[in-house]
Amino acid sequence: MAAADELAFHEFEEATNLLAQTPDAATTRSDQLTPQGHVAVVMDSGGSYGAEDEVESDKAALLQEEKQQPGFWTFGYYQSFFDVDTSQVLDRIKGSLLPRPGHNFVRHHLRNRPDLYGPFWICATLAFVLAITGNLTLVLAQRRDPSIHYSPQFHKVTVAGITIYCYAWLVPLALWGFLRWRRGVRERVGPYTFLETVCVYGYSLFVFIPTVVLWLIPVPWLQWLFGALALALSAAGLVFTLWPVVREDTRLAATVLLSTVVLLHALLAMGCKFYFFQPLPLEHVAPPHQATSQPPNTLPPTLPRSMAT
Amino acid sequence: MAEAAESPGDPGTATPRPLFAGLSDISISQDIPVEGEITIPMRSRVREFDSSTLNESVQNTIMRDLKAVGKKFMHVLYPRKSNTLLRDWDLWGPLILCVTLALMLQRGSVDSEKDGGPQFAEVFVIVWFGAVTITLNSKLLGGNISFFQSLCVLGYCILPLTVAMLVCRLVLLAELGPINFMVRLFVVIVMFAWSIVASTAFLADSQPPNRKALAVYPVFLFYFVISWMILTFTPQ
Repeated sequence: MAAADELAFHEFEEATNLLAQTPDAATTRSDQLTPQGHVAVVMDSGGSYGAEDEVESDKAALLQEEKQQPGFWTFGYYQSFFDVDTSQVLDRIKGSLLPRPGHNFVRHHLRNRPDLYGPFWICATLAFVLAITGNLTLVLAQRRDPSIHYSPQFHKVTVAGITIYCYAWLVPLALWGFLRWRRGVRERVGPYTFLETVCVYGYSLFVFIPTVVLWLIPVPWLQWLFGALALALSAAGLVFTLWPVVREDTRLAATVLLSTVVLLHALLAMGCKFYFFQPLPLEHVAPPHQATSQPPNTLPPTLPRSMAT
Repeated sequence: MAEAAESPGDPGTATPRPLFAGLSDISISQDIPVEGEITIPMRSRVREFDSSTLNESVQNTIMRDLKAVGKKFMHVLYPRKSNTLLRDWDLWGPLILCVTLALMLQRGSVDSEKDGGPQFAEVFVIVWFGAVTITLNSKLLGGNISFFQSLCVLGYCILPLTVAMLVCRLVLLAELGPINFMVRLFVVIVMFAWSIVASTAFLADSQPPNRKALAVYPVFLFYFVISWMILTFTPQ
């Protein structure tokens, strides 16, 4: 009976620690504890411990099952990615807005619980805000130059959506693939999972939302200032997150990776600025517009023509 | 007969007689006919109702559905915490509203298609896929509303924005100018707020309390995009 009690106790240990420990480790740990403690626990539970050990082993098995996620065809699998509260999402957004050198976004804010809510809705918001503010600059341009024809430019929503979503999902995929490929070089720090990479990129795009709204102010140097500031914050967040994973690698690979990440981010910011926000026409250009024929007036959104005029 | 009447639920506790032997002592055949349909009266009434809708006139069918849709419109226009929208959901109302909105937002193809406002298909896709995405989002966050109930609520709450579109089209018949724009802006903002309040009144209760904002924000974005489409509509 004493052997059965010891077995029952070591299963209880496993259940509480949520780890699949080897029986040897459990027995050595239990040997290190005072026998008095053992005896006390066993005595307290009394006769019902025989029934409880089945419950504990069931609980251990259940907890281990919970750690293995349900299959990807079940709804519960996707529900595990949305297991966040409002306060957690706000905290993650704040963490992405204020990157600090020591703070790793993934370890400090995500804490191994990446979510898909943030990346998805931040990308959706950014796409719509880009299209809407881009359209608003056309309104401002029309007020300055009445010959410009205003149109809702609804196709820009599609373009914005596709660009932002492709960036926020394909670039993390490439990054994750690259980090896993280089995993052999680096033994100590494991790479991030795909979802964590997507989370980092998604939350880092948040700073562009107020920036895009501020780009409505028609002062060019201010627009460039805001753009640079947003890019600096966003890229800093990415670099500080990737640095612990990448510094184990060779110096060349590390610099190439980090500079590629920053470069892609800068390309996205500049591409959005140029495509969605046309430079405002100057006042003295108005007379030539009235003199020239129809096509240049009805096609203001295409970049080369408006830059040429 | 009293003890036999008490024992039917528990024939096992009777004295050691074979199981269910006591049932033959109970004369239920005199009280409730055992043959034929053993249905509760409510259900049998519903079954009659179903079979008779085949025989009723088309006008009755249409008027019944229209009255149901109209009743839900009233619930949206005066949002109270009632369950009518949730309990008897239907998708006729959202379809009518979406088609009306898309038809009104469509513009003539005078301009090049690239530059114009949303086409019919684009409005349709935005409304329905937006509603589906919001519903999936709310279910993934752990809300306990069913898929079609949520679609129904989101679709019906487009009603204030459809009214705003009607008003905007009427206002656009007058001369264009800043006053015209201000009137349209005011109408759209008021109707947008009304839509948000109406849909939140129905949807917010189904979410866990610490995730309400996460579920309501996409609704806000959805109606904001629709309001933007209405506000930027320019007839040409």
